[in-house]
Amino acid sequence: MNDLGARPVLEVREAGKRFGAVVALDGVSFAVEPGEVFALLGDNGAGKSTLIQAISGVHRLDSGTILLDGVDITAAGAMAVRAQGVETVYQDLALFDNLDPAANFFAGRELSGPAWLPRGLRLMRHRRMAERTRDLLDRLQVRLPDLDAVVALMSGGQRQAVAVARAVAFSSKLVILDEPTAALGLREAARVLDLIRRLKDDGVAVILISHSMDQVMAVADRALVLRRGRAVGETVPSAENHEQLVSWIVGAVGGRAV
Amino acid sequence: MTAQSRETLVARDDAGSAEPRPARRAPGAARGLTAALTALRAGPVVILVLLVVLLSVLSDVFLTLENVGNVLKQSAVICVLALGQLPVIVTRGIDLSVGSNLSLSAVVGALVWRDQGSATLAVLAALATGTAVGLVNGLLYVKGRLPHPFIPTLAMLTAASGLALFLSDSGTIQGAPPIVDEIGAGRIAAIPGGGEVGWFPTAALVVVAVALVLTLLTRGLVWGRWIYAVGGNPEAAVRNGIPVPAVLISVYVLCGLLAGVAALLMMGKADAGSPMAGSLAELDAIAAVIIGGASFLGGRGRVLNALTGALVIAVLRNGLNLLGIDPNWQYMATGAVIVVAVELDVLRGHLERRFRSLQAVSRP
Repeated sequence: MNDLGARPVLEVREAGKRFGAVVALDGVSFAVEPGEVFALLGDNGAGKSTLIQAISGVHRLDSGTILLDGVDITAAGAMAVRAQGVETVYQDLALFDNLDPAANFFAGRELSGPAWLPRGLRLMRHRRMAERTRDLLDRLQVRLPDLDAVVALMSGGQRQAVAVARAVAFSSKLVILDEPTAALGLREAARVLDLIRRLKDDGVAVILISHSMDQVMAVADRALVLRRGRAVGETVPSAENHEQLVSWIVGAVGGRAV
Repeated sequence: MTAQSRETLVARDDAGSAEPRPARRAPGAARGLTAALTALRAGPVVILVLLVVLLSVLSDVFLTLENVGNVLKQSAVICVLALGQLPVIVTRGIDLSVGSNLSLSAVVGALVWRDQGSATLAVLAALATGTAVGLVNGLLYVKGRLPHPFIPTLAMLTAASGLALFLSDSGTIQGAPPIVDEIGAGRIAAIPGGGEVGWFPTAALVVVAVALVLTLLTRGLVWGRWIYAVGGNPEAAVRNGIPVPAVLISVYVLCGLLAGVAALLMMGKADAGSPMAGSLAELDAIAAVIIGGASFLGGRGRVLNALTGALVIAVLRNGLNLLGIDPNWQYMATGAVIVVAVELDVLRGHLERRFRSLQAVSRP
């Protein structure tokens, strides 16, 4: 990293969003640095989903700004935000079950030629896509039993890994993971957490939404707790402040509910 | 899955992480499932081979070159229509209008031949009519935002059929260009075994050519990848920047074009353009694709599947004819094969889910 190393990849300032009478976000601010795993915690309805949807361009904020590498993306749509290098892996994974991992990675951005033809009529570069896929999976140390098998035949963890790898495949700056381990067994969840650590080593920033406090403590560098649309606390998650985090989430102060 | 077996899975999961086993060792159950899935994928071909074996035992005539030539000739129209239907079904669609489209294209081709006397114009007119009908189907579905392709193509089924009857004054237009007759009814004498006339129908060459081109399109072009992506997960296709509306329109256009090709085969076979030429052919085409192993749920099905299905239908019909069985039984038999084929598809889905949960507990 050069002298820009300190500059955050993502900066959210005073984000506000209402849905009718409901205040979904009320002045939330935070910043995520390159190679940082940033956890978003909070109960259902705390505003986590609204926040990531605002970042990924699905919803537009009513007030506040979102800066990506210093560029204002507050008003950018979903495709524009993706083009800027923010990938979101939703819980449904958006995989093509009937296609193999390589086809999933390159869906909509197939390597093909010649360039003067319209996109749909170009010839696919099968071998190059397969090579790139293998390289990427090696780099992320994702091991799949059969690279030619369709994704439908893979376990939940393998599918999650394919979805995450696809998200970082195209020089992504920031990956947003929405409950990546919710549907997984213990061992598969552990593998996905390993994968998140490797993204971090690769210099990709990660926003992680998770209900599992253990997982957040295991991989997150910092955690922000949302409650009823407000940021109620930010800390480095560790075993010592576990209770603090939980009390922020449930809205208790000093052991008393407020 | 029962609560108990779920527990066992979790238990095995934990044991696995504590004591890593060699990476390449797949559990026996997974290997069994893989074998079953492979067998299921080959299912339609197996059905076809069994039919052929059974019929060649039951009938002395079945495996003669002349009869094989007949089967190929009779199946050519279904094959081409099924090849057109395939990309439509892969994208979770259906085109009910291909039979009427065939009739209309044949009538238009025959009319142009009768009135203009130009073979080139007649062929182009038939192909253009088929393509135009397909384009209207696609536009109605995508731009007209109709809820399901069933609706526009059902409307087109009756509309195109009505137009064909109107244009032809409800009668058959006699005559077709010699080149069309050759393609639809000719036999290739150069392929030995059929005496001077030959046994191998020219129409089968057309089928082979169409199949090869479609294979290249679906396997080689980005468009081919897109139709499978759209069929596999339409929402994800949109999110990944695939031009879904254009892809959907294109499959109906292609289906229409191939209905035009089938119309030429039909014109040649009859040396005429009949407004009833394609009646109910859409059902054969759809049945062929499904019997061949393409999934009605979209995203699955290759060129070979469509051809296999069309051949199963043709062989079944031919065989029952040779055995002197009431023609009405043919329809019932086709119905039974459809059910068997779709049941195989359902079973495949079930086994895939089993395989997936096994993957979660075995080491990669």
